[in-house]
Amino acid sequence: MKNENERFDLLKRLTAARFMVEDLHLYLDTHPNDREAIAKFNSYLMQTKKLRESYEKSYGMLTAHDSFSQYPWQWINEPWPWDYEANFELNRGEN
Amino acid sequence: MWIYEKMLEYPVKIKNPNPKMAKIIITQYGGPDGELGAALRYLSQRFSMITPQAIGTLNDIGTEELAHLEMVGAMVRQLLKGASLEEIEKAGMSAYYADHDRGVYPASASGVPFSAAGIQSKGDPIVDLTENLAAEQKARATYEYLINMADDPDVIEPLKFLREREVVHFQRFGEALRIVQDYLQEPHLFIMPKPDFLNK
Ligand SMILES: [Fe+2]
Repeated sequence: MKNENERFDLLKRLTAARFMVEDLHLYLDTHPNDREAIAKFNSYLMQTKKLRESYEKSYGMLTAHDSFSQYPWQWINEPWPWDYEANFELNRGEN
Repeated sequence: MWIYEKMLEYPVKIKNPNPKMAKIIITQYGGPDGELGAALRYLSQRFSMITPQAIGTLNDIGTEELAHLEMVGAMVRQLLKGASLEEIEKAGMSAYYADHDRGVYPASASGVPFSAAGIQSKGDPIVDLTENLAAEQKARATYEYLINMADDPDVIEPLKFLREREVVHFQRFGEALRIVQDYLQEPHLFIMPKPDFLNK
């Protein structure tokens, strides 16, 4: 792993933006005419895409259907999301 | 179809193994009010659901429950991975150990293997959405009981996140139910056929 701090910082921002996409997604399913929420959805999706792209540049594939692989096949690289090592620490007391 | 994203919806990073907590948290993996049952319930019900909003809600909450299943599995695994045999025995987990070692197996806290007998897919939109409101409340209550039993913040934080998601899902299912009820009450849309015994 190149730079753990930097990787976790990026992953944390990606997780946060990705969560906003998820939450707005469910909200929009029952509020399809909320123009403001759609604008928010689109903006968080844009953030998510950019963060995912910069994460993948240094730290490997996040999907196997929409990410390019170097040689050898990068997808199976550890850690997997359920491993202790894959996850960032929450800064408790900060929020 | 589905695709996989190689990240958790919310981080699980548990420093200290704790088989006692693993023994009860497993219930949200394979227990009666757990995430596997939730995902299977919603993803099965969607085939006979009506109105675009309610169909989308079932499809997408069902999908999010799979991400929660993964989080709960990660919690159980991290709580068991470094545990000594002595700790496992002291936690009353010998029976689980005999069957599954430190692996993750879908069962309830009391050791009953996962069963679809605890979920329903009735083919009736009102029935199914009403069941789901109850299901989300049962899952929320379970997470609260688990939080009551936990003292490690590494364990409590992801449980709190999962509990909050149940509250959001309850809200979305409530909205979907109202949308379906309004749709069925529109007079020109009697899409629920009269049962035969009412025509006699
Ligand atoms: Fe849920």
